[in-house]
Amino acid sequence: MEHLLNIAIRSIFLENMALAFFLGMCSFLACSKKVETAIGLGVAVVFVQTLTVPLNNLILRYLLAEGALAGLSPALARVDLSFLAFIIFIGTIAAATQVVEMAVDRFLPGLYTTLGVFLPLIAVNCVILGGSLFMQERNYTLGESVIFGFGSGLGFMIAIIAIAAIREKMSYSDVPAGLRGLGITFVTAGLMSIAFMVFSGIQL
Amino acid sequence: MSATAALFGKSEKAALFSPVISVNPIAVQVLGICSALAVTTRMDKALVMGIGVTLVTALANLAVSLIRNHTPNSIRIIVQLAIIASLVIVVDQVLKAFLYELSLELSVFVGLIITNCIVMGRAEGFAMQNPPWISFLDGIGNGLGYALILLLVGFARELTGAGTLFGHVVLPLTKNGGWYEPNGLMLLAPSGLFLIALIIWGLRTWKPELQEKD
Repeated sequence: MEHLLNIAIRSIFLENMALAFFLGMCSFLACSKKVETAIGLGVAVVFVQTLTVPLNNLILRYLLAEGALAGLSPALARVDLSFLAFIIFIGTIAAATQVVEMAVDRFLPGLYTTLGVFLPLIAVNCVILGGSLFMQERNYTLGESVIFGFGSGLGFMIAIIAIAAIREKMSYSDVPAGLRGLGITFVTAGLMSIAFMVFSGIQL
Repeated sequence: MSATAALFGKSEKAALFSPVISVNPIAVQVLGICSALAVTTRMDKALVMGIGVTLVTALANLAVSLIRNHTPNSIRIIVQLAIIASLVIVVDQVLKAFLYELSLELSVFVGLIITNCIVMGRAEGFAMQNPPWISFLDGIGNGLGYALILLLVGFARELTGAGTLFGHVVLPLTKNGGWYEPNGLMLLAPSGLFLIALIIWGLRTWKPELQEKD
């Protein structure tokens, strides 16, 4: 239990996807002009991330890993398909995003109007693919990958909402012409990243 | 008209060279920032990543452009993703075979070339409308523009953060009996963001038409 809690804390604060690994920077910069949009994107990322990381974990374990296909035929016992992980992961992510989009549209029309634009977008968000790749690299179990998926999604959501709030306030400031827009957003993200470094060393 | 003139006319030159500076994918189009920041703590990582992205972008552009007239519009994204993912698998396997140490350090970021917006963006935005040869050159150009920024950032971070370039000692560190006290912050995440901000600031001061109005 403590171990799982540790993974959650690490993935939310210490190894924050956006501020420590710079994943999802494109949408982190493009969708952070308003807090409302940031919340929409954040929720969508948490949702899809919690779904795809465990799903990819199962696929990796029971289809791609060395010897996973041994049950089908003894000749396949030494087949190692894990080099296919990239293409399978991205396929799973695209499919899962599509299914989630249709399900949300059918059963939660309110949420759909809020998330609508962002759901298809996040199929190519590096946070989502990055989550699955980290899961593969660190050999998480199914339980760990559920926690990690949720935690890393939540970390991204916290970061993007925070920067959107700062950017809303910053529209009143007098920024040098060349830094306006993108430049100052990078500086802000850098300062936030320093702020998030205070979490380093936390261990449960 | 020689054969070289036909292969390297004005538009081909523009496709190859304009992305390197004037429409640089990172500094101007703001694509592919994710990996630009994470792999630049050392120059050798930045170089390998730059070469990888250049190859993937060029070959993906070529492949997407070759089949652009046979790809139904409704499934073009998934076709592009499949092409890109296959190319990235090749790059990853080659790295694992020949540069194993470096591939461990690059860890997930090689895989993340798949979702690098430069590759997707050029395939969707350029290769879908243009013939193969010029698309290929456009891919090379954008890859080089990306590599250039990566190397610039990597140069600054490795030199000031560790006193080395490509792993060779340039500024001898105090702990090894030299005179240079390294700036540890340069090796941490925030400095990458600040450096990109400085590059954008410089570029936009030099070319004021790129400044944002709001």
